[in-house]
Amino acid sequence: METTEGELKLLMLAALDGDAGAYRALLGDLRLRLSGYFGRRLRRDADDVEDLVQDTLIAIHTRRETFDRTQALTPWVYAIARYKLIDHYRRRGRRVHVPLEDAAGELTVEDRSAAVDARRDVEKALAGLPERIRRLLRDLKIDELSVAEAAARAGMSEGAVKVASHRALRTLMDRFAGGRGGNDR
Amino acid sequence: MTDDLIDRLTRDLRPVGPGVVARRLILALAIGGAVALAGMALVLGFRPDLATATASRMFWMKLAYTLGFAGLGLWCVARLGRPGLSAAGRLPWLLAPLVGVAPMVAMQLIRTPSAAWRPLVMGDSAMVCPWRILAVALPVFAALIWALRTLAPTRPRLAGAMAGLTAGGLGAAVYALHCPETGAPFLAIWYTLGILAPCALGALAGPRLLRW
Repeated sequence: METTEGELKLLMLAALDGDAGAYRALLGDLRLRLSGYFGRRLRRDADDVEDLVQDTLIAIHTRRETFDRTQALTPWVYAIARYKLIDHYRRRGRRVHVPLEDAAGELTVEDRSAAVDARRDVEKALAGLPERIRRLLRDLKIDELSVAEAAARAGMSEGAVKVASHRALRTLMDRFAGGRGGNDR
Repeated sequence: MTDDLIDRLTRDLRPVGPGVVARRLILALAIGGAVALAGMALVLGFRPDLATATASRMFWMKLAYTLGFAGLGLWCVARLGRPGLSAAGRLPWLLAPLVGVAPMVAMQLIRTPSAAWRPLVMGDSAMVCPWRILAVALPVFAALIWALRTLAPTRPRLAGAMAGLTAGGLGAAVYALHCPETGAPFLAIWYTLGILAPCALGALAGPRLLRW
């Protein structure tokens, strides 16, 4: 069963008043969401995911007074997670921009079967491209990393990433649309 | 591992009342303001005509202008200390004190022949005014940074800048109890620079000071 924002917020409000049972349930739920959130972004640093989940849970605990009871809970959690992710990248010496996404949608674990189907189609289409370009497109278009993040991961400049991904997309479009794909020129 | 952590955090749970953030910011402002006032009184002293100056419009104008920045800055800081809340909707209001003082600046300049503008603009202390405001603001800035470090600013540069602006506003208000200048153009230029100085300091130092 999926807990909703409303239920999570009720747990948080009870926890702020000292309800340990509600707090345990809340942290248990957030832990899963955070694992998903960091896992999608750090596929190659799987060991770091657990560290980041723990860092974020500790931050949620020690900074819980900064939660405004009149606001939704998930944007608050997500903002903390995003800050910890940026901090993680920074400690790795990368300059990155983690885009602000729809905060409420970000941490919900909805039915992903449609996304899985789409992903399979895309993987099939990507098969004809060189491995490096394939990974780049996967980072950018499926995992929705920013250009800067994808560039850092691929060890390329941001400009090179843009050019390479643009070319690769044209190649794909041409292949699918029989050469009528590009209408931007 | 994470299970153990959740156990520990749950055991460590203490109730947290609403209003903790506001109380901490107010406390920081009170302590920083008291130190700034005491320091200013010791080093610079109050203006000798303070008692009669309170009857002049310009005295209150200066306090309203500077405290306006302090209040608006604090209003932004209160949001920037909380993850997930944006201060974007509040930032445009930071121009309000400037807009408020503009008619008075225009009126004084219009009423004065341009040959006599220099005292209105430069006064007797233009070159020291911003630096002194920065110095008086520093205790307030330090206290606000302390308070913000216990919160969770996810945009440390902007949070630092707003802490600096708040400190600059309060510092300038304290400094106005010393400074006898009466020109509205002086206020709009030199006080503003003095208020912006800690704001710039906060923007520069925020990312370093406000990590958590």
